[in-house]
Amino acid sequence: MESLVARAGWWLAALLFAVFMFANAQDTGFAVHMAIFALAALAGLVIALRGTDYKLAAAGRMPVADQSRYDDGLIRAGVILTTFWGCVGFLVGLFIALQLAFPVLNLGFEYTTFGRLRPLHTSAVIFAFGGTALIATSFYIVQRTCRARLAFPALARFVFWGYQLFIVLAATGYVLGVTQGKEYAEPEWYVDLWLTLVWVAYLVVFVGTIIKRTEPHIYVANWFFLSFILTVAMLHLVNNANLPVSPFGSLSYPLWAGVQGALVQWWYGHNAVGFFLTAGFLAMMYYFVPKQAERPIYSYRLSIVHFWSLIFLYIWAGPHHLHYTALPDWAQTLGMVFSVMLWMPSWGGMINGLMTLNGAWDKVRTDPIIRMMVMSIAFYGMSTFEGPMMSIKSVNSLSHYTDWTIGHVHSGALGWNGMITFSAIYYLAPRLWNRERMYSLRMINWHFWLATIGIVFYAASMWVAGVTQGLMWREYGADNYLVNSFAETVAALHPMYLARAFGGILYLSGALIMAFNVWQTIAGNLRREEPLRQAAYDAQADRPLVAVPAE
Amino acid sequence: MLGVTTMATKKIDEPTGIETVGHEWDGIEELNNPLPRWWVITMYLSIVFSIGYVVVYPAIPMLNKGSEGLWGWSSRGQLAEEMADGAAKRKAATDAIAATPLEALVKDDKLMPLAVAGGSAAFKQNCVQCHGSGAAGSLGYPNLKDEDWLWGGAIADIHTTLEHGIRSPDDAATRTSLMPNFGKDGVLTPAQVGDTAAYVLSLSGKHTADAAAQRGTANFAANCVVCHGTDGKGLRAFGAPNLTDAVWLYGGKPEQVTASINKAHAGVMPAWSKKLDAVTIKMLAAYVYSLGGGEETVSAPAAPASGTGNAKP
Repeated sequence: MESLVARAGWWLAALLFAVFMFANAQDTGFAVHMAIFALAALAGLVIALRGTDYKLAAAGRMPVADQSRYDDGLIRAGVILTTFWGCVGFLVGLFIALQLAFPVLNLGFEYTTFGRLRPLHTSAVIFAFGGTALIATSFYIVQRTCRARLAFPALARFVFWGYQLFIVLAATGYVLGVTQGKEYAEPEWYVDLWLTLVWVAYLVVFVGTIIKRTEPHIYVANWFFLSFILTVAMLHLVNNANLPVSPFGSLSYPLWAGVQGALVQWWYGHNAVGFFLTAGFLAMMYYFVPKQAERPIYSYRLSIVHFWSLIFLYIWAGPHHLHYTALPDWAQTLGMVFSVMLWMPSWGGMINGLMTLNGAWDKVRTDPIIRMMVMSIAFYGMSTFEGPMMSIKSVNSLSHYTDWTIGHVHSGALGWNGMITFSAIYYLAPRLWNRERMYSLRMINWHFWLATIGIVFYAASMWVAGVTQGLMWREYGADNYLVNSFAETVAALHPMYLARAFGGILYLSGALIMAFNVWQTIAGNLRREEPLRQAAYDAQADRPLVAVPAE
Repeated sequence: MLGVTTMATKKIDEPTGIETVGHEWDGIEELNNPLPRWWVITMYLSIVFSIGYVVVYPAIPMLNKGSEGLWGWSSRGQLAEEMADGAAKRKAATDAIAATPLEALVKDDKLMPLAVAGGSAAFKQNCVQCHGSGAAGSLGYPNLKDEDWLWGGAIADIHTTLEHGIRSPDDAATRTSLMPNFGKDGVLTPAQVGDTAAYVLSLSGKHTADAAAQRGTANFAANCVVCHGTDGKGLRAFGAPNLTDAVWLYGGKPEQVTASINKAHAGVMPAWSKKLDAVTIKMLAAYVYSLGGGEETVSAPAAPASGTGNAKP
């Protein structure tokens, strides 16, 4: 009972603090955000009070969770929200792709311009879809591979729902124009502080669970998750070292200025790719691929060597985002060579993922989830070859600032991150809701093909667009003058932008099919459908031989 | 006790014949395959390549600046070299153009196409933002392809406009003029502004010579003829547009003309001599001159040919 009073008191204090900040707000964005904080605190208060069994509490006993089961409530919410955020992120992505093809779709409102919707798209797919998937799967995997329930379950709830609040604050901020103007780190100082709290709690829950494990060793997936959590904390703190103009306003200025600021930003930006989108998702791969394939990991030694070489080399590769800029040449060189050396460490994960299917390759034909995993790892391999290649200065002088970069990140994001997350969702949903299988395996197959063809349209059109752009920008005529104006290069890309949007439509359609499939699975339905593969059956041959007497 | 219950056991994986390491987590085991040889070799090769690259290119940060590398390459050096290379290839043409007076350039069959090509490239970088990639302009930005010139269409006039700009604050010799805000500053009453607009529109036949236009005549005579001329055909000394033709810089609809009289526009063009070199400006003048509306140097301001130019609503 006392702990209930204390908890309600904390929620009330948070509510009053948010209302105080709201009352003193100096700009609309800050006021809206403090109102959202206040609503979240109010929701927490109501849930704390209504969710209590007062009879039990009065008797001095609090309900105790079943210690013989894993703590899966948050993971169920995570599967639903990952699906939801994925659909939102892909939809906004499709819309801004259409804006690039048809500028009239900016609609004439400041809230719907490309400049505000683009960070909404990137954050929705990376931080909302990807981040929710990472938190949910890390909670699932760390419990199973440590054979222990989550440490600090209340703190785990704070991590999960606090992260969702971060997503809502970030998304509303972009639309309202609250931004510190750093790519993939747009949220302002107070949202950064909130995420810092959430992230430290995440580290505590994750490390706490590893410490209370009953397995003698720590599984490779957990090394990757831990490196992801630790490094993202470090990146977040350094890149968001900002000084707010006022404690009651959204505006702040960074401590780093000029080229130092650019270097810190891309040290952050590249390692967000490296540790959020690579290390974290490799952790997912290291659990779900062997589980779904029912095969052992290909090589323990490879997993050790590629883990340590990957995290050692990745952290230095950021300057390749600043080739041919004010960044000193020596720093550009180091960014490039570390990226080149990163090629094999990245491919170590691909080898371990694909070769784990040794002895189970037939499942690619029969199991659409395995098929998705293989495609995901294949795209991982392609992007992690393309990345080092694009970091080479002479390639970069053509590809930099063009749509080639956009094609590159999407073959990684749609192919690798998207597909591995989809297959994780398909793995998790039946298990978390205790169903025999997904509602429909044929729909997974549809999703696989829609997503794959969508990515091919997306990546191929952006490669062509990027190379076209790069060549047109640098084209000199026989008279030694530049040939094209910028507007002419934009006009030349229009067909490619249409092809890209078409790819986006396919990818989004696949995700919507997944959402329906997950919903039906949760509802407990099983679609009556032909299995994807059946062994041959001959009814005629299926009889005993009867001796026929000779005439 | 833990060690006993979860003691690892190595075994041979049946489909591959490889031994497991002996660990097991939630049913996942690991095989004891060695590192793939091609993987190790490629990794070493990438490291060797990187070491070589670091030796020949600038790479190692020192106290005051980074190492310069054996090949002495720098990104700024590369840019300077490529720019110098391009300039060297163009040198023969640009030197000849620089040495040729504007009027002679126009008549030079060899040099003029080179000047137009260079001007076209410079136009695409510097001018399309306002005048459009086809130089046809848009509302507020003059069309450079027609024969309607505000400040003169002879190549020397175009050259002067390019060099000094229009109402460019950082050039003392800039072309300048300022139309008053007749309505906004209360020189004319709203009714008088409407009448004047009616008269102005009647000059090009877009309004009948009705009572309003009649009343506007006096306002026009009192306020506008100084710059636009008694006939309304404009005066190039002030960059005052011809009001009798179909070309309207700020729009020829009644509400647009009324708005222009109420609150005047004063478009600005930069003085390009502050940014571009003399030959480039000369080539730009040749390019704009060649677009179709260039005028002979000798002729006095000619009456605009009827039925030409782009009609704007």
